[in-house]
Amino acid sequence: MLGPSLALLILFTHWPAVNTLIDSVYSTPRPRRPSRFVGPANFEQMMADPIFWQAMWNNLWFALGTIPTSIALALLMAVWVNDRIAGRTLVRMAYFTPTVLPMIAVANIWLFFYTPQYGLLAQILGAFGITGPNWLGSNETALFAVTVVAVWKEAGFFMIFYLAALQTISPSLAEAAALEGASRWTYFRRIQFPLLMPTTLFVLVNAVIGAFRTIDHIFVMTRGGPDNATALLLFYIYQVGFSFWDTGYAAALTVVLLALLGLLALIQYGVLERRVHYR
Amino acid sequence: MSEVYAPRGWGKVAETAGAWLLALIWIAPLAYAVWTAFHPSEFSTRFELFAPLTLDNFKRAWEAAPFARYFLNTFLLVTGVLACQLVLCTLAAFAFARYEFPGATVVFALVLAQLMIMPDVLIVENYKTMSRLGVLDSIPAIGLPYVASAFGIFLLRQTFKMVPKELDDAARVEGASPMQVLWRVYVPLGRPVYIAYGLVSVSYHWNNFLWPLIVTNSVESRPLTVGLQVFSSTDQGIDWAIICAATLMTSAPLLIGFLLFQRQFVQSFMRAGIK
Repeated sequence: MLGPSLALLILFTHWPAVNTLIDSVYSTPRPRRPSRFVGPANFEQMMADPIFWQAMWNNLWFALGTIPTSIALALLMAVWVNDRIAGRTLVRMAYFTPTVLPMIAVANIWLFFYTPQYGLLAQILGAFGITGPNWLGSNETALFAVTVVAVWKEAGFFMIFYLAALQTISPSLAEAAALEGASRWTYFRRIQFPLLMPTTLFVLVNAVIGAFRTIDHIFVMTRGGPDNATALLLFYIYQVGFSFWDTGYAAALTVVLLALLGLLALIQYGVLERRVHYR
Repeated sequence: MSEVYAPRGWGKVAETAGAWLLALIWIAPLAYAVWTAFHPSEFSTRFELFAPLTLDNFKRAWEAAPFARYFLNTFLLVTGVLACQLVLCTLAAFAFARYEFPGATVVFALVLAQLMIMPDVLIVENYKTMSRLGVLDSIPAIGLPYVASAFGIFLLRQTFKMVPKELDDAARVEGASPMQVLWRVYVPLGRPVYIAYGLVSVSYHWNNFLWPLIVTNSVESRPLTVGLQVFSSTDQGIDWAIICAATLMTSAPLLIGFLLFQRQFVQSFMRAGIK
C-alpha cells in the first residue's frame, strides 16, 4: 500500500536531494567537456559571487518583511472577523480572496499599480502633488514593493487558521477573566495569545517556507531586477540553472537553500516546539 | 466568541471601521482589475461612474492567445493530479494508521520531509529526471512530482487514526478484506477531510507556476498560469484592459467557485489546517 507513494517520494524528493549534494561537487557538463569532480570549487565560486550574497540578503530582508507583518495582520484580521461586526461575512471574504487567486495573475494587477506616471499609486500620489518613485524600477524601493504584494497575498490565508483556533477557545475562560477584572488587552495577552501559540507555530512554519519558495510574482514584476535588487535565492537558482544552464553551480546554490530549510525546520520543531503551550 | 469582551459603543464603531478599511484595501486590486476589464482601455486610468461597459477586452484576449487550450490543460492537470493523489494518499495513510511494521516511524519521517522540501525547490534535478524519463513538455510531467503528497498522507493518517478500532474489527469479523474495510469504513468517514484536501489541492495546482514554467514550452502542455505569463510579457504596447481581462479569465473558475461556496471553502481550509 505504501509502495507507489514511497517510490514517487524517493524519485522526486529524496533522490534529487541526494543528487543535488553530489552534483554540487561536480562541474557542469558541457558538450566538449564532460562533468568532472571539482571538490568545493562550486562553493568557492559561490563565496566570491556578489549576486549570490545579494540574493541571500534580499531573501533575508524579504523574509523579515513578510513573515512578522503577515502573521500580525492575520491575527488582527482574525480577531476582527471573530467579533460580531456588521458585514462580517463580506469582510472575511475580502481578506481571504487574494489567497485563491494565482500569484502570477495578481502580480499583473500590482504591476500596473506600481507603474510610474500613469499607474494607480502614481495617480493617487499625484493628486496630492507628490511624485512617487519608480517603485519597481529603482534599487531602493523594488524589494519593498514585491514584499508588500507577498504580505497582501498571504495574510488572509493565515487569518483562516487563527480564526479556527480562536473559535475553539472556551467562552468560560473569558467569563472567568472578566470576573477577575482583567481588561480586554490583558485577556488577549494572557489568555488568547498563549492559547494561539500552536497556531502561530504552524503559521510560522508555512510563512518561512513561503518566504523562500514564493517567487512567482518576481517573474512578472521585476525578473530579479533592477540590478538584482529583487533576486531571491530560488529565483537566482532558476536563473543559473535554466538561463545560464550552469547546473553544477545551481546544485551548489540549491544545497544552500536545502541547508537553510533544514536548519529552520530544526529550529522550529526543536526549540520553539518546547516553548509552545499545548492544550 | 464570548460576549463579555465583545466591543461595545465607540469601541465597536472603531473596530468595525478598521475592519472595513482593511477589507477595502484588501479587495481594491481585484476591484480595480474588474473595473478595467469591463471598460474600454481609455478608462483604465480614468474612473468615471458611467463609463461604457464592454466585453470587448475579453474577446480580444481570448483571440490573442490559445486560452481554450490552456483551460483544457489546467483542467486535465488539476483533475489528474487530484485523482492520483486521492488514491495514493489514501493507501499510504491507511498503511501508516492501521499497520505496525518495523521502521514505520523512520518511513513516516521520510514522507514528512516533503513538507519542507517541496518539489519546487529541486527544480534542476527534477528537470533532469523528467528529461531522462522522456516526458518533458507534457501534462504528466507537471503533475508527477506532486502526486505523492506528504500533506495528503499526513492529513488522512490523522483522520484514519480517529476511526474507532471496533468498527474496523467488526467489519473484519464479517469477513471483509482490508481493501473492503478501507473502502466501506474509512473512506466514507473521511469525507469532510477529502473535500478539504481536494479544495486545497485544486487551488494549489490551478495556481502553481514555477515548475510548470520550467517543464513546459509548448501550447499543447502549458497550463493557464504559464500561458498568462507568456501572454502578458510578449504583448507589445501594453494594453492594461486586455491584460486585466486575461488575468480575470485565468482566475475566474476558482474565484467563482470561491464566491459560490465561500463558507465551505473557508471551513475546509480551517479543517485542513488543524493538526
